Amino acid sequence: MKLVTKLAPAALAVSMTLGVASAAEITVVSWGGAYTKSQVEAYHKPWAAATGNTVVSEDYNGGLSEVKAQVEAGNVKWDLVDVELSDAVRGCDEGLLETLDINEMPAGDDGTAAADDFLPGTYTDCAIGTIVWSTIYAYDSSKVEGTPSSIADFFDTEKFPGKRGIRKNPKANMEMALMADGVPADEVYSVLATAEGVERALAKMDSIKDQVVWWEAGAQPPQLLADGEVVMTTAYNGRIFNAVASEDKPFEIVWDGQVWDLDLWVMPKGAPNKEAAMDFVKFSTDTKRLAAQASWISYGPVRKSSSSLVGSFHDKPDLKMDVHMPTAPSNMKNALQNDFEFWADNQDQLNEQFNAWLAK
Amino acid sequence: MTTAETNIEYEGESLKKRLDKAMFASRRRAFLLVLPLLLFVLVTFVAPVLYFLFQGFYDPTFSRIMPQTSAQLAEWDTVSEPDEAMYAALVADLVDARKAKTIGKVATRVNREKAGTRSVFTSSARKAAKLEAPFKEALIDVKKEWADPAIWEAMKTASNTWTLGYYANALDYRQNADGSYRRQDASRRVDTEVGFGDWSFTVNLGIHQLLFLRTLQISLMVTVFCLLLGYPIAYLLATLPLRTSNLLMILVLLPFWTSILVRTTSWIAMLQSQGVVNDLLVFFGVTNDDGRFSLIYNKLGTLIAMTHILLPFMVLPLFSVMKGIPPSYVRAAKSLGATNWTAFWRVYAPQTIPGIGAGAILVFIVAIGYYITPALVGGQDGQMISNFIDFHMRKSLNWNLAAGLGGVLLVIVMFLYWLYDRIVGIDNMKMG
Amino acid sequence: MSLPAYAGWGERLWYYTFRVLCGLIFLFLIAPILIVLPLSFNVEPYFSFTAGMLSFDPDAFSLRWYRDILTNGMVNPEATTGWWADVWNNAQWVRSMRNSFFIGIIATLIATALGTLAAVGLSRSEMPYKKQIMALLISPMIVPLVITAAGTFRAFSEFGLAYTHMGVILAHAVLGIPFVIITVTATLVGFDQSMVRAAYSMGAGPVRTFFKVQMPLILPGVISGALFAFITSFDEVVVVIQLASVEQRTIPRQMFSGIREQISPTILAVATVLVVISIALLTTLELLRRRSERLRGVTPA
Repeated sequence: MKLVTKLAPAALAVSMTLGVASAAEITVVSWGGAYTKSQVEAYHKPWAAATGNTVVSEDYNGGLSEVKAQVEAGNVKWDLVDVELSDAVRGCDEGLLETLDINEMPAGDDGTAAADDFLPGTYTDCAIGTIVWSTIYAYDSSKVEGTPSSIADFFDTEKFPGKRGIRKNPKANMEMALMADGVPADEVYSVLATAEGVERALAKMDSIKDQVVWWEAGAQPPQLLADGEVVMTTAYNGRIFNAVASEDKPFEIVWDGQVWDLDLWVMPKGAPNKEAAMDFVKFSTDTKRLAAQASWISYGPVRKSSSSLVGSFHDKPDLKMDVHMPTAPSNMKNALQNDFEFWADNQDQLNEQFNAWLAK
Repeated sequence: MTTAETNIEYEGESLKKRLDKAMFASRRRAFLLVLPLLLFVLVTFVAPVLYFLFQGFYDPTFSRIMPQTSAQLAEWDTVSEPDEAMYAALVADLVDARKAKTIGKVATRVNREKAGTRSVFTSSARKAAKLEAPFKEALIDVKKEWADPAIWEAMKTASNTWTLGYYANALDYRQNADGSYRRQDASRRVDTEVGFGDWSFTVNLGIHQLLFLRTLQISLMVTVFCLLLGYPIAYLLATLPLRTSNLLMILVLLPFWTSILVRTTSWIAMLQSQGVVNDLLVFFGVTNDDGRFSLIYNKLGTLIAMTHILLPFMVLPLFSVMKGIPPSYVRAAKSLGATNWTAFWRVYAPQTIPGIGAGAILVFIVAIGYYITPALVGGQDGQMISNFIDFHMRKSLNWNLAAGLGGVLLVIVMFLYWLYDRIVGIDNMKMG
Repeated sequence: MSLPAYAGWGERLWYYTFRVLCGLIFLFLIAPILIVLPLSFNVEPYFSFTAGMLSFDPDAFSLRWYRDILTNGMVNPEATTGWWADVWNNAQWVRSMRNSFFIGIIATLIATALGTLAAVGLSRSEMPYKKQIMALLISPMIVPLVITAAGTFRAFSEFGLAYTHMGVILAHAVLGIPFVIITVTATLVGFDQSMVRAAYSMGAGPVRTFFKVQMPLILPGVISGALFAFITSFDEVVVVIQLASVEQRTIPRQMFSGIREQISPTILAVATVLVVISIALLTTLELLRRRSERLRGVTPA
């Protein structure tokens, strides 16, 4: 449980001996656990070493609530936040975020301008993308008999008995439930936009409700699997990958029915260290840094120029990363991109319906 | 020389006057001692709580950002077809809101009344600056939803700066554009069984009604459990010799003084599926390794942990009442031929009723607003209304609805507080 | 309540059944607090007893989670110089502990000073609107914490007090006030007002009278009220969740997110430390109670 990690190599020593603190200290907020660690290794440490600035890393569980609270309280503590696309769009609309100009970002290593080097849709007026991540489901192969291979298997407790872990949030769950119920990926959101579609998704989830352990933080699913609290759980693919790669856990990822999304940097309006934070955004989203992060966790970089640089896991040269990315062709056979507009529109209502369903 | 009373003078003033003056001075002195604290509590507690609850009635988001549309909506009768003037006002406001980057706030506000309208606002605002009259056709061209009177009704509801809508929502009623109310949509209601065994019946409740009901039910159960567990040990403590009872009292006070987080953590360690209690049950063959019980992350976990945390609140008032009951009463009853049971039930127990009242109301009041324990060990069916208020404060960011729910909860709590005052008296409250 | 010699077998049976029942209830009260102590020395990262622990194998026990309290968040846990300074400045739990004490102590001072003064006023017979004011001053204890937290957050935001130490301190001071009022007025109930009049008649001013006559007698009440106020702040998490940023993160706040996100036995080690702190506070309180009883001439039977 690392909530605050202070990184201050040279800068700390300098300011301690000279008794001055001229370097900036920025607060960067992300999702914790293995994911934050990948950012610390790939972005924070090199940036701190290069500039002498300090990065205070803080964890959160997603959503705009803290940002909104800080902006409206007129006391912003966070400089940068790693958010999902729907929150980036919503935050921008509500005037909670600073504008981040894609044209200020460095060009790719091959000279392509940033606006062309970033994959389409991976930046907005207020946000610069970093990675592609995915909600998948994973199982403990030492506890599950047989080989679950489709999203329907996750909802089939007769074929694969045992507890299931699911995020306590309608996002991605409703989509997965519909896909498991036979809705093709490209029709999921049009079905979910109808009252019957929502009913259908909830009915599918109802079929396993008494077997569900709910999780909230991204670090929980691997823990639930390791503790034997569940035999299968939805999770962020990178978390499971890291539990396998670094701790040799017998977990398997099922890519069928994955729901992928983007993570982006946003800057809350009135961030205390705008300049240093902007410098950090430029530094962390250049071709090399994005590729470096992919050697710490299996999330795909959003720059075209980075993908050719993606190599192997940082301490396991034999472990090639590319096949573990959500965007690998073999993993994309039945995949769905999270529809940010749908969620921006229906989040409140679906949250309420989901909560009502949970409380039943 | 007049009557004796007014006649007595001292240094040129009547004694009555001087006495009044002295009384006034001492009243003022007493009041001045209290004043700093009173001001402190008023400023840092009472005012903030009222300010928060007030937001359940007051939501200027829409009317502030969309002034022209609001003015038009105020005139609208909710029945007739929206006219060109209304559309023109809307386009003008959309352009301004887009510029001021406040369109998201409006969209979120209207989306609360009618789901799915958020993107209608944001995408129309993006194109609004380029629109030309007639605005009605132009806007409907951009998004066909603008032709639907329902979105106008939603806007009209949202345009009320002063509203009872949030408090109504807290009780699962929604406000209509014409000011009347309807029940929450069926998709957000659930059938729930109320009562016990043969006496139960099914009611169709909204999510908030259900949560209030569950909160009351959990609080009531915790209170009953605390009474059942607290009464015997309070009795034992009150009747044992002082030295022994002082020692045993530590067993009650230590949990009381231990952090709630610590106690909740220990219950997780005890009750989780690989925890101590399940290990013991497996060891004694009550169940096998695959059949471990789900004791936590559900309502049962909430009940067990809350009973443990609130038990001292029951034991302490019971103990202090029981301590004051002379043992000679029971002895007298017995010497007059009462059996042990009769002596206890007819003579002892009635005298403990004030203690039961004090303990029960105190436990109930604390339980009803409980947040931490249900949040940590409640799972899906052990959540209480406080968790929902927190959800709207920190996750959905619907602060106005949080205020509505909080207001309803506070009314219940204040009623209990008043009851406590009537039965026990606030000045009789004691600690440890 | 000892068993009389003439008790019948039914009475005997009931007598012992009742004792066993009470024993079980006491076990229910105390077991969860005791269980964390051995578990916090677990060498494995689990919340349950391992076979090694049950057979008292020394290898099954370790101090690793206590070390984790000190090292988690440090810049350089392997450093040879400046290790303790690093712990003091950067270790998360240590920072939280410092916040908890800082906020707790200042909030306690505010609550105790204002609360004692007010309690003295409230216990005077001539105090106007006594009941109503008392009800108002005790209400922070009654109003659900979620509402208090939401209210202070919204209002403090307007004055830039959200996410500051000052904001948390003020909110915690309010929460501690009812306890100070209750304990101090309780000690003043038995206070003989003629002593104050005696002091006045001998020429002492109100301030002198307060410190020389009233204060020594109500001191135990003041201190136990202060302890209650302190533990209230020290244990409080709902307001902190709402009102504090990471800079004001306290021990309970840190435990709260720890329990929600990644349960590790470090939490049990912290819990053990907190249990030791509560035992210390409880002992202080008990000693004070005895002193107060002695002073007021109440002797234990």
